[in-house]
Amino acid sequence: MTQQQALYKYSLRLGDNALILSARLSEWCSNAPFLEEDLALTNMALDLIGRAQAMLKYAGEVDGNGKTEDDLAYRRSEREYYNNLIMELPNGDFAYTMVRQLFVSTFELFFFEELQKSTDATLAAIGAKTLKEVKYHHLHAKDWVIRLGDGTAESNRRVQQAVNQLWMYTGELFEMDGTDALLMKDGIAVNAEHLKMGWIQMVTQILALANIELPADGYMQTGSRMGIHTEHLGHILSEMQYLQRAYPDATW
Amino acid sequence: MEQAQETLLREFEEKIECGFAIEPKDKMPAGYRKHLVRQMSQHAHSEVIGMQPEGNWVTRAPSLRAKQILLAKIQDEGGHGLYLYSAAETLGVSRDELIEQLHTGKAKYSNIFNYPALSWADIGAIGWLVDGAAIVNQVSLQRTSYGPYSRAMVRICKEESFHQRQGYEIMAKMMAGTADQKAMAQDAMNRWWWPSLMMFGPHDSDSPHTGDAFRWKIKRHSNDELRQKFIDKTVQQAEVIGLTIPDKDLKWNEEKKCYDHGEINWEEFYRVIGGDGPCNKQRMEHHIRVHNEGAWVREAAEAYSAKQQYSKNA
Ligand SMILES: [Fe+2]
Ligand SMILES: [Fe+2]
Ligand SMILES: [Fe+2]
Repeated sequence: MTQQQALYKYSLRLGDNALILSARLSEWCSNAPFLEEDLALTNMALDLIGRAQAMLKYAGEVDGNGKTEDDLAYRRSEREYYNNLIMELPNGDFAYTMVRQLFVSTFELFFFEELQKSTDATLAAIGAKTLKEVKYHHLHAKDWVIRLGDGTAESNRRVQQAVNQLWMYTGELFEMDGTDALLMKDGIAVNAEHLKMGWIQMVTQILALANIELPADGYMQTGSRMGIHTEHLGHILSEMQYLQRAYPDATW
Repeated sequence: MEQAQETLLREFEEKIECGFAIEPKDKMPAGYRKHLVRQMSQHAHSEVIGMQPEGNWVTRAPSLRAKQILLAKIQDEGGHGLYLYSAAETLGVSRDELIEQLHTGKAKYSNIFNYPALSWADIGAIGWLVDGAAIVNQVSLQRTSYGPYSRAMVRICKEESFHQRQGYEIMAKMMAGTADQKAMAQDAMNRWWWPSLMMFGPHDSDSPHTGDAFRWKIKRHSNDELRQKFIDKTVQQAEVIGLTIPDKDLKWNEEKKCYDHGEINWEEFYRVIGGDGPCNKQRMEHHIRVHNEGAWVREAAEAYSAKQQYSKNA
């Protein structure tokens, strides 16, 4: 693997994470518990689409095959996608979506703090811009998890259930492979393993405020680094790619 | 007592006559308040129910940019709903009550959203025609006599003209595209044209609410005037990109300097208003289901803030 190939894959992975989570969040449009929250969820989805655009555009440039961000988003199949599994899981109830948002945005808080120092100027610039957005996403998710956890018996039960179900998808956030190792040598990629302690500490603190118990350590799901996904990703892509695949000669 | 009522009404109407805006704390006749609550809540509900047909294409938008524009547009509409609910609340009715009225069928929303969004071109047609028709109406409402309503309209109009341009851009792009795209665009045009004309309501000769609304300057232009304005600005836009208006009787009237148009299908109009449009049940069921599914979240938020309040006071 050359550095160019690694950088391509790394930007794809970051782009895919944003793209697939934005797809899930945008499903809340006109489905949220009240209007203000509908707008807030759409806001986050919009931030993530912007991030996906920037990352996938860069991936296309790095690869030099003339592919645009839309080519990469709309013409790759499931096995060529590298987003973490947690991004593609169906939304579940509002508690489930907010707990996922808490787990992911807490990770991203630490991750983009580091990525903005990348020796790769483009990744650093996207990282700095993203960090600002992620701070808001994190605050929003944290407030909701605490509010729901410490709200009624029912909301507490729902949050606890979401935490239990999502826990096994958090390990993948910190996984590293040859791609990361190669790019880390030159200070391009973030050492994700190093972020784990900070993440656990912050999540533990927030869940304690929400009267939620931390699940026991167990098996962590994996596969996305090799493009192996849950059954759900294919359905996201078949909806998302429908027009581009059905009318391959059209521009929109 | 009766005398006092009459004096009040006369003073109120003089004030309106002189072009003053009415503000929430001002005295106003019960009929004025009632008319406004009905109109503003219908307007607010329309913005919110309108999120559904467009939301139907969010997961299938054909490019990242298209998805961004569509999501941001729907978000704007939700924001319009919020301003309008708040403006209606200044008349002493809560958002919960208004939503309750929507769910029981006491309050209406714009009939246009009882039509389905069937292809991507419908997203173009909705932005261009539906928002285009809404703008004509809303520009006129910027000078409506109730202050909070008029101010909400000023904010909303700015965003609506973006929506209209973006919708037109989708149609233009498709008309410059493949044969399939052109066919999709014309099909959307054929399905959305007449319902868009119906958005302005019955002909002036058949409009039941016209009297008071004009005297109190809630309404400043008649249904037919506004409809004519919309037709005149839209026909040319259609021609420029090669779309045909599905009305064989449409032609330029040199004498009146405007377009004559064919007969609107009022039977369809009243049927859809009456509940038998293609999506009436779907739209209402969706809103009620989502509202009910969100109840536990709203309850939890209330319980939490009550606890915070309690520990602050303790
Ligand atoms: Fe609107
Ligand atoms: Fe609208
Ligand atoms: Fe609009």
